[in-house]
Amino acid sequence: MYLGRVIGTVVAERKYEGLEGVKLLVVQPLNHRREPTGEPIVAADSVRAGPGELVYLTHAREAALALDISFVPVDATIIGIVDRMDTTP
Amino acid sequence: MKLCRVLGTVVATAKHPVYVGRKLMVVQPVDELGQAQGHSFLAVDQVQAGEGDLVLVNSEGNGARQLIPIEKLPIRSLIVGIVDQVDAG
Repeated sequence: MYLGRVIGTVVAERKYEGLEGVKLLVVQPLNHRREPTGEPIVAADSVRAGPGELVYLTHAREAALALDISFVPVDATIIGIVDRMDTTP
Repeated sequence: MKLCRVLGTVVATAKHPVYVGRKLMVVQPVDELGQAQGHSFLAVDQVQAGEGDLVLVNSEGNGARQLIPIEKLPIRSLIVGIVDQVDAG
């Protein structure tokens, strides 16, 4: 799992069966200092996150397991909206 | 498994139901000498680890599902040990 910032939305009318109604967001992966750690990705959303929010995601097979229909081609899913982070720098 | 240093905690109200009541920690992978290597990520704590602890993190979904027997478990990274000592090199 890792942190990310929602930076946009993706609309796809035609999607794989099972992905109807699943919201897709563009997310910039971040480290604990909120610095980018790579290229933005598209993630499914399970927590109604919105643009600008700091979130955390799960990836690989576990990304699909976070969705209601879990045998779907998804490799990243937002599973939490961060309220607070207490870390040493 | 990876050697990591616990940097702190992440608090979220809106989250996947499986994460309710679980402690989510920010961990930084380190080498055998304790030097930071790569990007920090998030892991669910199974061993009552605290900030500053050197820990062992299992980052693989099947391992996580063996320790937390929930069929659709969207957790990939688990803190599974607190390291007392590393002898290497």
